[in-house]
Amino acid sequence: MYPSETAREAEVGGVGARPRPQGGFELWSWYFMRVSGVVLLFLAVFHLLWMHWVIGLSNITFDTIVERWTGPLGPFWRVYDLALLVFALTHGMNGARWVINDYVHRRGWNLTLKTALGVLYALLMLMGAYVIFTFQAPSALVTP
Amino acid sequence: MEVRIRIQRYNPEVDEKPHWEEYTVEVEPTDRVIDALHQIKWFQDGTLAVRRSCLHGICGSDALVINGRNRLACKTLVRDLGKVITVAPLRGFRVIKDLVVDMEPFFRKFRSVMPYLVNDERPPAHERLQSPEERARFDDTTKCILCAACTTACPSFWADSRYVGPAAIVQAHRFIFDSRDQAWRERLQILNENTGVWRCRNVFNCVEACPRDINVNKAIAEVRQALITGSRGLPLEDDEVH
Repeated sequence: MYPSETAREAEVGGVGARPRPQGGFELWSWYFMRVSGVVLLFLAVFHLLWMHWVIGLSNITFDTIVERWTGPLGPFWRVYDLALLVFALTHGMNGARWVINDYVHRRGWNLTLKTALGVLYALLMLMGAYVIFTFQAPSALVTP
Repeated sequence: MEVRIRIQRYNPEVDEKPHWEEYTVEVEPTDRVIDALHQIKWFQDGTLAVRRSCLHGICGSDALVINGRNRLACKTLVRDLGKVITVAPLRGFRVIKDLVVDMEPFFRKFRSVMPYLVNDERPPAHERLQSPEERARFDDTTKCILCAACTTACPSFWADSRYVGPAAIVQAHRFIFDSRDQAWRERLQILNENTGVWRCRNVFNCVEACPRDINVNKAIAEVRQALITGSRGLPLEDDEVH
């Protein structure tokens, strides 16, 4: 419809340059937020109820978690906690990315902040996943 | 009845920043805000700049921030506002003078979504027929008068003026869901960019601001749905036309 892509870019331009088309990424980012929002509702509410009512606030200790992850339902809880980690962290970080895109218009700052966010995301995800996958009961607890 | 009108004035050639000026006018309760502004401009202070054209709520020239909300000055009655009325220019645009803003960026975004019917087939002898149901599909978004009340009420637009804005999405919706149109995929791709529909945060300010009662948020949601499903949900999915 337009003689050239640059002609259309000139049309769209508001203040500053128009960002490069993103393909389908923003679509999937938006869709993921909807899906993960619903998933997190169940994950987080169940987590909250379990910790508050089934375990009880005063009973949440290191030992409780050791028991939970190494007991008969250990694999279930590890998967559950991994799902909580993946969905909550990704949902939150993507939200923060949106905030940066909304409010930080200078290209340099925008990229710097998003890079920092990405590094933080990878770091937290790896740390969390590492603990979930490799956690073993301390020997003192295994042989009381 | 006597009302006090507080107007945000700004003449960039003289003033460093905008300031408020107050006028007292005698109006009928059934008078509109634009009538009060006319009284000021014609009989009290001819330097006041305000834009209006048809005065009947259809040209979209006099959207203003009236008592903190975006409305058309020609559709808002004085009796609905109280004794003190504040009037300010639309937010998010450059003020040219007083209540007149530069709408050019707004119209650039409007033009960017290809707001016209695209159909390369040979036109039939009379007209391109469409069933009442097909016409109803985009009826709501045909009501837009391009007054910019929605776009300038949108926090996403305030935060980043590169966002195409609700008005342009409404205009795109009007053609995307028109069964006679063949460029809907192209329009969807334009709105799929990160300045497009994904910038909407569902604040609903646009819905409240629209003087034509268009359900703007619904239109945006339908465009997003079309993007996610890759279909516009019409009986004829392809670019075929009746």
